[in-house]
Parts: sequence; structure tokens; C-alpha cells
Amino acid sequence: MSTQTRPREDLKRKKKQEVVNDFSIQVATVNGSGSQSSNNVLMRAIFRMGVPISGKNLFPSNIAGLPTWFTIRASKEGHAGCKKEIDVLIAMNPGTAREDVESLEAGRVVIYDEKLNLSKIRDDLIYYPIPFSELAGEVVKDVRLRKLIANIVYVGSAAELFGIEMTEVESVIARWFKNKKKAIDLNVQAAHLGAKYVAENLTKSDPFRIQRMEKTQGKIIIDGNSACALGSMFAGVTVLTWYPITPASSLAETLADYLGRYRMDPETGKATFAVVQAEDELAALGMAIGAGWAGARSMTSTAGPGISLMAEFVGLAYFTETPVVIFDVQRIGPSTGLPTRTSQGDTVSLYYLSHGDTKHVVLFPATMKECFDFSIDAFDLAERLQQPIFVASDLDLGMNNWMADPFDYPEKPLDRGKVLTAEDLERVGTFARYKDVDGDGIPYRTLPGTDHPLAAYFTRGSGHNEESRYTERPEDYTNLMDRLAKKHETARTLVPEPIVRYTKGAEIGIITYGSTDVPMEECQEQLRQEHGIEIHYFRIRALPFTDHLKDFVSRCQRVYVVEQNRDGQMGDLIFLEVKDEQGKIRKVLHYDGLPIDARSITDQVMAYERG
Amino acid sequence: MATSTPKPKKVNRLGLALSEYRGRPSTLCAGCGHDAVSSQIMKAFYEMGINPHQVAKMSGIGCSSKTPAYFLGASHGFNGVHGRMPSLATGALLGNRDLICVGLSGDGDTASIGLGQFCHLLRRNVPMIYIIENNGVYGLTKGQFSATSDLGSKLKSGVINDLPPIDCCALAIEMGCSYVARSFAGDPKQLVALLQGALSHSGTALLDVISPCVTFNNHESSTKGYKWAKEHEELLHNIDFIPYFEPIETVEYAEGEVREVEMHDGSHIRLRKVDQDYDPMSRSGAERLLSQTRETGEFLTGLIYVNPVARNFFDLLDFTENPLATLPQEKVRPGPKVLEETMQELM
Repeated sequence: MSTQTRPREDLKRKKKQEVVNDFSIQVATVNGSGSQSSNNVLMRAIFRMGVPISGKNLFPSNIAGLPTWFTIRASKEGHAGCKKEIDVLIAMNPGTAREDVESLEAGRVVIYDEKLNLSKIRDDLIYYPIPFSELAGEVVKDVRLRKLIANIVYVGSAAELFGIEMTEVESVIARWFKNKKKAIDLNVQAAHLGAKYVAENLTKSDPFRIQRMEKTQGKIIIDGNSACALGSMFAGVTVLTWYPITPASSLAETLADYLGRYRMDPETGKATFAVVQAEDELAALGMAIGAGWAGARSMTSTAGPGISLMAEFVGLAYFTETPVVIFDVQRIGPSTGLPTRTSQGDTVSLYYLSHGDTKHVVLFPATMKECFDFSIDAFDLAERLQQPIFVASDLDLGMNNWMADPFDYPEKPLDRGKVLTAEDLERVGTFARYKDVDGDGIPYRTLPGTDHPLAAYFTRGSGHNEESRYTERPEDYTNLMDRLAKKHETARTLVPEPIVRYTKGAEIGIITYGSTDVPMEECQEQLRQEHGIEIHYFRIRALPFTDHLKDFVSRCQRVYVVEQNRDGQMGDLIFLEVKDEQGKIRKVLHYDGLPIDARSITDQVMAYERG
Repeated sequence: MATSTPKPKKVNRLGLALSEYRGRPSTLCAGCGHDAVSSQIMKAFYEMGINPHQVAKMSGIGCSSKTPAYFLGASHGFNGVHGRMPSLATGALLGNRDLICVGLSGDGDTASIGLGQFCHLLRRNVPMIYIIENNGVYGLTKGQFSATSDLGSKLKSGVINDLPPIDCCALAIEMGCSYVARSFAGDPKQLVALLQGALSHSGTALLDVISPCVTFNNHESSTKGYKWAKEHEELLHNIDFIPYFEPIETVEYAEGEVREVEMHDGSHIRLRKVDQDYDPMSRSGAERLLSQTRETGEFLTGLIYVNPVARNFFDLLDFTENPLATLPQEKVRPGPKVLEETMQELM
């Protein structure tokens, strides 16, 4: 499918008139060069001027030396999706400079380290050469420090060129470096030098400009892993067991930080949690399952390779009906694949993970708010349904910077599910661990340590009857399987419902989930403005599907399922669900490892529509 | 007519009879060493007066891992996946640190598929008892070699094992395990004392128990068979266990004839000399001993190493004394002010 960029007629207009608060800046650097703080300063300075931003880090699987690109998108409309066209390139990496410049469209801007001598490559770009290292040398003499400081010089230069207020740059620097006065002074000084050089030596000839507006007041900037970490803390997680893996590590690390800050018991000074970095993902999940069995709110976080390793244990948790929450921050597979590129390639494997007849509950957050909320829901669902609950995030959501409204404090109390205490057992007078007492497929459980003669039961895979005794009788096994299937039906009524928007006059429907939702508003605009096409929109927020899906498909003439994997995994699951209307389903796919962008969706949908 | 008063039922300090520590009937082969081990587990828990509801029985996969169903029926049990009992047990204890956890495993479950988790459990010094019912063979899958099979041993099909066995005790000491013992299912007196010692220990207590497989590995030359073990067992010492809740009788021993180890809970292990004086508190001495027995092929049983004051995993994690599993919402969900503070930082 062609995803070629379109001719940029609009740019000719833009040359004459200013492009305000609607462009992207890409900083091309070398991994490990310390550009992270300066990129954040640049992004947050724009944000503090009231302009909606998003920040995406395209980084290699490497500690130092390989190229890294950080892209800031300023969008007055609040579009946070990937933008295919880069408007301003800040070229700091000699290794990729030529290629970076060549990939730009005509009329775009290149800010570069003077000695890279890039202006000879093409004559249809706007060039701003700046002697970054010399300017940095005026602030510090140490070679290593000079490299770091050069980064903040380009922030100052960009601020001057595009009208980003220096007071905001200064205040972000002060916040970023907290109380380190020397670092603050050095960085502020360097930023001013970068700005001064531009003011004194260059003439602005590009149309791009940042202008103060009022769209970010009261907003936060956060990444999905941090949002999931916060959600987990407010869900009352007590046991976190994990194994390092990109792009999930920062979820566990951020959570451990938050727990250390906010979850020390004020009376005893002791932790109200346990965090264990396990020896591998198998042990990480094993510990989480053991803790869930004992009654703790337990979780682990991982990515695809970890999910594969956890497959056996997930089956054990499913058949023993043990609560546990598993975060999957998806990336491209396999272990030696592209671990720093995003993907939704685990959709089907999460739904059916393990051996035997298993199917699970998977939540798909698409926003920072949902990363927070669904993390809380996941723990409630795990204990309510007594089974593993997956939260399927991805690298784009998890590790990139997103603007969001502050999160709401959870109103619902924790749902600890059907747990019988000694007092309950005394009152009820009977207990069978795997009996469907309430008709919803969810049995009652007791926690080890419960002081009552009825409490104890022996937990084992699937060879158990309602009393949890060993059995190999066919009818006992089918009873168990049928009840688990019934529990799955109950799950349909408890998971987050889809977001559905019907539009008058629309014929086609688009279905997305997770981070594929991000560019959809922009895509809808493109379809409307460029092709006069309206759409019905449906965003899946969980598996199993709710009943809304069939209604939606029946109300559309054609349905495009958009996702970020090669085979259209969710499309396949939908295909199975809507048996009578399978002919309506079409797949729109994006799987190059970069976050999906609106243009790619619009073009693919139109290619189908044109036939 | 003469009346006889019924004999008073023998009970422990909780008023429980030994029969209340039983489980379901065993389905293992008649004569299996594992059943003998189960009997001594029941006895040790009975003698120590442990309330079964406080106990969590954990296991992996294999004949050994089935045994938790055959003792302490009034305790919760979890029969997990192959070689992964250590992580399940660690997690269960993180969730509820009040649980008294006993893990049952075999030589395949521990030394083959579970070697990694076994090592890391020991490194962490997770407070639990880990019993290897070691018969040098896979029973449940019908007789394949395990990682503790004797070098040169022969399957019925004639296949020879040409890999050296892993010594789980030596490995445990290397991994920092703080209670390492070797015993024999056919030596109930020693086994029950070692189990009681394990119950009074605050870290991981490893018991490598030679537990013959009567079906697949009980032939004359098998070092994991009854005949060989009975003929070759050499006691490192005679062991008496004096629980903390019973008075210590003072018995006069000749100089150098006895060593006493005070355990974490105040119980005492009294080791009476057999041939040579042996100090189980010396890690390097224990390593030397195991290195020697590997060369000589001796089958030494007893308490090989103990460090009653080693810091356990809970000490390191420094978490609350109350079980994490049942902390109330107000302890685990921070208030709205905390959320507000975190949001402010992100603005």
C-alpha cells in the first residue's frame, strides 16, 4: 500500500504567510550525547507557551553512539499523532546529517552545526548554520561538558528563530535541574548564547513560528509507562515483580520510585509494598501469581519476548483462577528484533496466550488518562474475575511524551472480589473453591492463612473438581471448561466499553484500538476535507468484545480495521466475531515500527474506497 | 466387671493429634521414599505445634511435587509448573509473610528445569523450607535420567548416563543458602530433627533428601536406592532438636563431644559427635567436606551448614509486619493530595 507523501501545495502559500503553532521539529543526535534534557526543555518551553505538543523519541537499541531522533510536534489543534513531514531539522549527528537533509521536503528548515557544512547538499531548503561547539566552548572548557552544553545551545537558537520565549526556556531549565544551581546557570547561559548568535548573525527566512496561546493551561506532560505506574500505585498494588526489558522497564522503575515516595507506612516507616527484580520473566510472573494467590494485588510489566516466556505461567493462573495484572508494552519482535520500535503485534497472542483452551481479558488504553484508569481497572478486574488481566500498551504510548489533562482521583473503592474470610466461612458453613455459586462463572476463594477448618484447598492446574480435589473424570473437566467460558461471558459485561461515534450520513466505519486512535481525529479531518467522506468511529478498549461491536458493523457498509501489525490481528478477531458480515471487514495496516500517522490511514482507506 | 479408662489421645501443644496433620491418601508407588518423607513432615509440624492453617505447601511438577496433597490436608497448597515453585513460593510469601512455607521438589524439578529459580531463591534467602526428594530419576515420565543421576548409571533400555551429577548441597552453599542438610528417607529420626531445625530457621532451609524410587532407580548399584543408601550412609553427627517451647535438659557430655546451635526462634539443635568433630557453622568447612565426599563417593548425612543469623529476604525488603495481601485500602491507596502533587510535577 502506498504511503507516499502528498505534494505540498500548501507550502508555497506558507512561504508567504507564517505557519503558526503547527509544525514539527526533529532533533537528530547521537545516542548517549545527553540531548534528552535539552529536547525536554525545548518541548516543555513550547508547552508552557500554551501550545499543544507531543514528543516522540526514535531511538536505537544501544547505549551510546547510534543515531537518535527526537521529534516535537507543535499542533494548535492538539494533534498528537506522528507527522510524516519534518518541518525543522536540527542536525547534530554527522553520521546521519546527509540522509536527514535528503529526506526533507522542499522549503523545510535545517539548523545545523556549522562544521557539518550541509548547505551544499540541496538548494531548496532553508539553512541556519550555527557554531554550536564553539559557542558551548565559551561556557565550559571541559570537552565532555562542552558536548552536553552544545545541546542547550541549539535550544536557545531554536527559541530565537521560532519565537519561543526565553523566560519559559529558563524556567523549564530551572525545573529540570531542580536545585543544582551550577547546572542551571550553565544551561541558561548557553541557551542565551545560542539565541544571541542567531539574533546577531542570521536572518529568519522560514515561515514557522510559535505564538502564545491558551491550550495547555492545567495540562500535564507524561509518558504512558508513568501513567500506568501511577495508576498501579493508586490501585493499591502491593507486589511488583519484574525483569528489565525495553520498552517496559521504565514502567516498573517509575512505579518503584513512586512507591518509595508515597507508600511508606507513616506509623511504622515500613514499605507497604514489595518490589523484586526477578531473575527472568518466568520468575517475575511466578512471583506475581504466588502473591496473587496469597491475596496481594500483584503485577508484572514486560514486552513481547517476556510475554512469550510467561505463556506457561499465564495458563496456570487462568486454570487455577489466580488474579494477576500483566502490562505488555508492545514492541517489534523477536528478542533480537527492533526492541525500540513500536508495534501492536501481540494482540492475538495476548488474547489466547498459553496452551490448552485459554482466553483472557486484555485492556487497550489509548490515552494517558486511560493508561491511568485502566491500570486501576485491571487490578479490580483481576480480583473480581480471578484471572490474569493484560494491559496492552505499546512503545509509542509507553515511552513518548503526551499532553493530557491531570488524572482524576479514583472514586470507586478497591474491588477485592469474592474472598471468603474465616467469619464468612463460619456464617456460610460450606466452601467449594471452584463452584459457581452465583451463576456468573466466578467462584469464591479463600486466602492461605485463613484460620478456619473449611478454608484450605489444594490449588492445581485443570485436573480438579468443584471441591478442588484431583480428578481426571471427563465430566469434571468439561464442567470446569464450561464454567471458565461462562466467566469469559461475564467478563464481557465488566470490561471497559468501546468508544463509539456515529456520524450522520456516514457509510463507512473505522475501528481502532490502543495507540492507533491517536491520529484518528486528524485522519477524520483529512477524509472530510480532502475527500468529503464522513465516518462512523469505533474504538475497542478491551477484549473480549462487548455486544456493541456487532451493532456497529451492521450499521456500516464497509468497516476498516486499523492497527499496527502486519496481518491485522484484531481484524481477524473481529472477523470471527461478526460471522454474518465478514464481507464488510477491510484491514488498514501499518507496521514499519514507527507510530502510525494520519496520512497513512487516510491514503489506505481512500485506496480501498476508490476500488 | 473391670472398667478401663480409654487411653488419652496424644496431642501436641495446640491440642492437635498427629492425625490432624494428615493429607489425602498417597497415590505414589508402594514403598516410595517420598511417602516416608511426607510422614516425617507431618511429624515435624505436629511436634513443633504448628497450626496447619498457617502453612502454605508449594510444589512444582513430578512425583515429589504431588506429595503436598498427601500431608497437611488442612493447609493451603499450590501445585505449580515444572521447576518454578521457587517463584510461586517467593510470591506467596511476599503476599503474606506470616505463612510458614514448605516447598516440595524433586531432582528433575530442582536441578534440571528449575536450576535457575532454585539458585535465585537461595541467593535471596527467602524464609521457607525447600525439600528435594532426590531419587536421581524422572519417575512420572517413566525413568529418564535427571541432573542428579549417577555417572555411568544405566536405564532399563541400556542407555548409560555419561554426565556427572549436580550436588545440590554444594550448589546451595555456593548460592549463600543459610541452612543446608542432607538426609535419607530411610532415616526418619534424623530427617524429623532436620525438618524441625528447618522450621526454626529464618531463611531458606534446604534439605536434600535421598528418597529412593522403587520403580525406576532402586537397583543395587544406584546411589539413590534403599540398599546402597542404607549400607553407605555415614552420619555427620547425631542430631537432637530441642524446640524453643521445651526446657533444655542439661546432659553432661565429654569435652568436644557435642555442639549446640541456637536457632533464630530460640530452639536448639544439638549435634553429637560420631567420628570426627564437625562445625556446621563454617561455610568453608562445609565446602571442603562436600568437595571431599564428591571425590570419595561417601554418603554423608546431617546438618552440613547453618547460619542462624543470616539476613533473610524480608529483612532486605523492609516491608510492613502485616501481610501485604490484607492491608486495608487506606494503607495502599494514597490520598488525593498525593495525586495532586504528582500532577503538579508533570505540569
